Amino acid sequence: MGDRLRKVVITGISGRLGRIVARRLHHDLDYQIVGLDRRPMPGRPKDIEHHLVDLRSKKARDVFRAGDVDALVHLGVMHDPRARPAELYSWNITGTTKLLEYCQAYRVPKVVLLSSANVYGPRPDNPQFLTEEAPLLAAQRFPQMRDLVEIDHLVSTFLWRAAGVETVILRPVHIVGPVHNAPSNYLRIERPPVLLGFDPMVQLIHVQDVAEAIVSALAPARRGIYNIVGPGEVPLSTVLQELQREPVAIPHPFAKPLLSLAFRLGFSSFPVAELDFIRYVCMVDGRRATAELGFRPQHGLRETIHAVDELV
Amino acid sequence: MHTPRVGLLDRLRQLRGSPPDDDLVGRTQALVVRGNEFGYDEFGLSKDSLKIAVRLATWLYRHYFRATAFGIEHIPATGRVLFVSNHSGQLPFDGLVIGAATFLEPAQPRLVRSMVEYFVPSVPFASYLFARWGQITGTPENCRRLLSAEEAVLVFPEGARGISKPFSKRYQLAEFGKGFMRLALEMGAPIVPVAVIGAEEQAPAINVAPLARLLRTPSFPIVPYPPFVPLVPLPVKYRVYFGEPMTFTGDADDDDDVLDEQVKVVKNRIQSMIHVGLREREHVFW
Repeated sequence: MGDRLRKVVITGISGRLGRIVARRLHHDLDYQIVGLDRRPMPGRPKDIEHHLVDLRSKKARDVFRAGDVDALVHLGVMHDPRARPAELYSWNITGTTKLLEYCQAYRVPKVVLLSSANVYGPRPDNPQFLTEEAPLLAAQRFPQMRDLVEIDHLVSTFLWRAAGVETVILRPVHIVGPVHNAPSNYLRIERPPVLLGFDPMVQLIHVQDVAEAIVSALAPARRGIYNIVGPGEVPLSTVLQELQREPVAIPHPFAKPLLSLAFRLGFSSFPVAELDFIRYVCMVDGRRATAELGFRPQHGLRETIHAVDELV
Repeated sequence: MHTPRVGLLDRLRQLRGSPPDDDLVGRTQALVVRGNEFGYDEFGLSKDSLKIAVRLATWLYRHYFRATAFGIEHIPATGRVLFVSNHSGQLPFDGLVIGAATFLEPAQPRLVRSMVEYFVPSVPFASYLFARWGQITGTPENCRRLLSAEEAVLVFPEGARGISKPFSKRYQLAEFGKGFMRLALEMGAPIVPVAVIGAEEQAPAINVAPLARLLRTPSFPIVPYPPFVPLVPLPVKYRVYFGEPMTFTGDADDDDDVLDEQVKVVKNRIQSMIHVGLREREHVFW
């Protein structure tokens, strides 16, 4: 590659996670970063290029047309629970399909998708640790997860179909840190609801460790599907205790109606089906990423748990 | 007229002698638990939560069921092992008694992790208490992971067929599943056959098949004493026999027919241990 910088396109760069990933790659000085997002990115360093575009638009294609893109990091999966499902679906599925099309047409040698370990779905009969071969069953009880599952499937198909592209799918466990996602938002509630008589083991990962995982996926010759696991497993109650939260236990038969009412009235941003994540185990086995990507989380358990309070 | 009555309780007390004083704290400390900085292992087991379970299980083992264990020398002190046992009694107290025996009887206490039914994680409280006490959802992956971590796993190959069998079928082994043999072969784990005597009489039940069909449960057992559903076991005397460890070799992916032979060896072994146990037993309750 000589001394030319690797040109990396990051979708969803304007979000908090996107910024953290961009900052991490920017820090390495090996990358020329190009952002794709519908939202502006104020305060970005001058050498980060930013395109205010819809992934589905022609303008997004122009970013790839020159054929000098070395990698795509796809973070721009939208899961705003308040958005119209049809719009979300079109954005996510059409957007991803187009991106993959451009990558093949303009010979982008590396594609990294940030999926999620949630695609497996929390289920009572889950083995304690799901491997990458486990079926993606999240959408069965959880229609809101449909988009994420389908994107993961789209990119896995691409992984096998487009032999010339090194495709990497990362399925990290619950990402916590100064980000706005469901697990971090939940853990920031002072008196979070929990389900009476349920206390599943959970896995958390620090957002910085996710950025590291993306960096290791960008390394040449890496290809495949990887669960990305943080520093260990703890019961949900231990996480809440460590954060000094005061959980409110609700019997599970009442929890669904209560939460759906709260959601409709706008008091809560958690879709009802997400309750299963505080009821059943949905943990993954991260040994493949350790062996093949050399990925190891740098943040300890305590540090990772407290990362949710880093948001100011 | 006035004769001093010897109550049943007094008789039981005399019969059982004085149970040994168990050093529960010391034994719990001696257990090998791979805990993280919060004290939890990957399946959610912690020594802290074990304390209550251990006290309860010991009381049931020593005082309620007055259990006796035979063949303690066959409980390996370390290393992977599959305990394979008969299953009976409507309520899984046989698992508890086996667990208490491996915890209380050998010099080095051993924590057995039994494979529980898939529905348990959806039952409030049981869902996490079972996990805290080291019991795991019975998926092959979980068993494999524990065996490769050199832990002891308890399997009931009869499963629900065994535990819910009616009183008339007592001490007749139901059909054995083959999963345990595949796991033993694949993981190179020795099998310690276990025969439990007593559990069959703790809840002599008949199965009301029409009700079971109506409620869509595997069985609907009723017992001839209040509350008529098996919730509280009778204070039967438990006898637990641990047999010599058996090792098998072969291909874990062989056809069922091939594995059948090896499964039958284990099943026959347990059945003959049951016969010996029944012959040695003088009474159901003492």
